[in-house]
Amino acid sequence: MLQRRKGLLPWLLLGPGLLWLVLFFLVPIYYMGRISLFEGSDLEGFDFTWHFQTYVDAFEAYKTQLGRSLLYAGAATAIAFVIGYPLAYVIAMRGGKYRNALLLLVILPFFTTYLVRTLAWQTILDDQSAIVDVLKTLGLVADDGRVLATTGAVVAGITYNFLPFMILPLYAAIERIDRRTLEAAYDLYANRRQVFLRVTLPMSMPGVVAGVLLTFIPAAGDFVNAELLGSPQQTMIGNVIQSRYLEVTDYPTAAALSFMLMGLLLLLVGIWAKIAGTEALMGSEAK
Amino acid sequence: MRTLGRRALDWSLNAYAGLVLVYLLVPIAIVILFSFNDTNSRFNFEWQGFTLRHWEDPGGPAGLLDAMRTSVEIAAITAVAATALGTMMALALVRYRFRGRGSTNFFIFLPLAAPEVVLGASLLSLFLTVGVATGYSTIVIAHIMFCVSFVVVTVRARLIGFDRALEEAAQDLGATGLQTFRLITFPLIAPGIAAAALLAFALSVDDFVVTNFNAGDTVTFPVYIWGAARISIPPQVNVMATIIFCLSLVFMLLTVWEQRHAQKMTQTQG
Repeated sequence: MLQRRKGLLPWLLLGPGLLWLVLFFLVPIYYMGRISLFEGSDLEGFDFTWHFQTYVDAFEAYKTQLGRSLLYAGAATAIAFVIGYPLAYVIAMRGGKYRNALLLLVILPFFTTYLVRTLAWQTILDDQSAIVDVLKTLGLVADDGRVLATTGAVVAGITYNFLPFMILPLYAAIERIDRRTLEAAYDLYANRRQVFLRVTLPMSMPGVVAGVLLTFIPAAGDFVNAELLGSPQQTMIGNVIQSRYLEVTDYPTAAALSFMLMGLLLLLVGIWAKIAGTEALMGSEAK
Repeated sequence: MRTLGRRALDWSLNAYAGLVLVYLLVPIAIVILFSFNDTNSRFNFEWQGFTLRHWEDPGGPAGLLDAMRTSVEIAAITAVAATALGTMMALALVRYRFRGRGSTNFFIFLPLAAPEVVLGASLLSLFLTVGVATGYSTIVIAHIMFCVSFVVVTVRARLIGFDRALEEAAQDLGATGLQTFRLITFPLIAPGIAAAALLAFALSVDDFVVTNFNAGDTVTFPVYIWGAARISIPPQVNVMATIIFCLSLVFMLLTVWEQRHAQKMTQTQG
């Protein structure tokens, strides 16, 4: 009797939460799949006809935006890595007793609303802003050029918004490295570059893997930065899904595009896991 | 010569890290600064002088205060519900070995890995098909859904470092299962639960993408900003954002302080 109750108890605890996730996360994906195979329009009504053609048409019509999303997300992830790694390294290795305070500074942007943060970049990159003037004086921007409504602005916005997602896992991984391994490398006459490339960087790989995923996935689906900092030339797949669903009520196309985005991301995550090793991907979880 | 080069490298690395921090913080400074901007144009982009005008009348623009109230209400409901559901799940996952534990862990992780557009769009698909009108309650449903996984991860981290001997001691002294939970387990994991609730609250107040799909005619703070961004953004939005920022900071510091305090307490006792 006791044994049976013990077997049931975890499921009683899990039940309500799991039910919620199944009903409002899993089931919705099924319905989105169904809608993506509908035929018709909002006016005439939709019919479920296994209409796979929508996927072909949607891909043909929006492959530019799909490709652009992956490109922007890739660029933002790469930049976030280059910007984030040194900061994570300095905090983890040299932060000392200020570590937690410095980490707090890293997550501080999350305390302002996402949209407000992005609007602040609108202010910073606006044609009249002092920073753009400086960029013009330095010759980095043409005298009659602008920064807002360019690819650069959108990628910069995405990079900024997801940078903490890159820094935090990197920090966690670097902080966990046993300092004695580094000392051992120095004792064996490795120079700083060798220690970094052959000890520190490989040992921080779990953080790199997690950081790349946590930055790339939300970046690829984002549409806020493209909308607020870009022009129609920077439209990403998120913008298309958003407007197809909410403005044009072309549900099948929007649903099909959502699935294509998910599929592409799964594919890329799979490839990334192959390259970086599944152990690094699931390592901390599995233990 | 070598030490000089080494010192230069050290120095430049620190300087670089400092610059990155500045990059992270500049937009926050802009948000706060422009809540004091004496602007009269439709857009709050250009600095035109200092004023306290917007702080004296934070609810000036029509609908802003209502939107803020809606956001806070929804976040409170979300925080309570998601924390209750998520804490129970975390308890089950850490405390029990059962079949399907691994796949449950994986399933809970999935919503964290899915892009927000997909979460929002699929939920709207469900509501469209079933014929539920989107609005206040569908926002709550959506927010609880994406917060639960965050709560599980946060509370689980706290539970993993938990000393089971304390519970065994209570049971040896004749406490029932429920008493043990109420008197021992809950007080010890309470900081983790509080942190999870705060996180859920913050995620809910901040969410735009999923909300936008499932909001119907209901206007939350981010939905208000999104609408305003196309017409004109009143400086009071910056006032609200600054208030949210300061409150989050205070709560964050309080939780950190409370955790330190709790750690010290257990250290001196143990």
